[in-house]
Amino acid sequence: MTRRVGVVVFPGSNCEHDVVEAIRSLGGEAELLWHDEADLRGVDAVVVPGGFAHGDYLRPGAIARFSPVMTAVAELAASGGPVVGICNGFQVLTEAGLLPGALQKNAGLKFVCATVGLEVASTRSPLTSSCEPGAVLQVPVNHFEGSYTCDGRTLDALRADDRVVLRYVENPNGSLDDIAGICSEGRNVVGLMPHPERAIDPLLGSADGVPLLRSLLETAAVGA
Amino acid sequence: MQFDVLIEVRPRQGISDPEGATIERSLPTLGYDGVTSVRVGKAIRCTIEAEDEALAHAELEDLCARFLTNPVIEDAAISMQPQVER
Repeated sequence: MTRRVGVVVFPGSNCEHDVVEAIRSLGGEAELLWHDEADLRGVDAVVVPGGFAHGDYLRPGAIARFSPVMTAVAELAASGGPVVGICNGFQVLTEAGLLPGALQKNAGLKFVCATVGLEVASTRSPLTSSCEPGAVLQVPVNHFEGSYTCDGRTLDALRADDRVVLRYVENPNGSLDDIAGICSEGRNVVGLMPHPERAIDPLLGSADGVPLLRSLLETAAVGA
Repeated sequence: MQFDVLIEVRPRQGISDPEGATIERSLPTLGYDGVTSVRVGKAIRCTIEAEDEALAHAELEDLCARFLTNPVIEDAAISMQPQVER
């Protein structure tokens, strides 16, 4: 059966259609979920896409976490359903407390827009389960506030529990421990700054986002 | 009572502040050689209605912890004064 992925749309989101297109190109079903509705319409997985939710006012993700849809996303996460936050979506998930740590302004105040190498640091996540451990994927980043930080105890826990999912081969933003993506304690919530949905065809410069999003579809199928 | 409030949101001690660092690096070109330790935050002004200053402070502390700051990277200094009756 085809798996349905819900893609959350806040005022100011701007990567939702790319995610929908990417999921459909891989044979999944995708639908948009407006932030003001606390109903996920029975989707098997949720993606919180990139953009500038609520204008990034106050802090990226600070206001988005109070949108009604986030209550439903938190419930899906609590029940073990796969939830992936990409870029601004990662910021939203940290602000909502579904992932630890925070995303700071990039080192040197540098806006980074480039295709970067990502090492698959753990395959025990819904986004990397069908990747080769240690594989290097070429995926674009496009952000100003993507420098991951957390306290020492959290970092120790992330490392000890194999929860750093993706690492930059060459750190573009000053992220702690070269972290590009992490997962939750239950492993089903993943946040990453890079955009796998923008790397789904060689025509786009890379198709290395495919194994990541395919992992998500496969995980959704198992969980249902 | 009504209070005028100033909330200063600041990067926590030990948290890097690339904005402050960039400003600081530009200062010598302008001849400001003695200005150091530049940190950039934001100022939020509001008014609050509460029975007394302690209650107002407690509510603002809560507001800062839950919304106005991200406690992982920021803290806040709250100052307030009673509004003058007109």
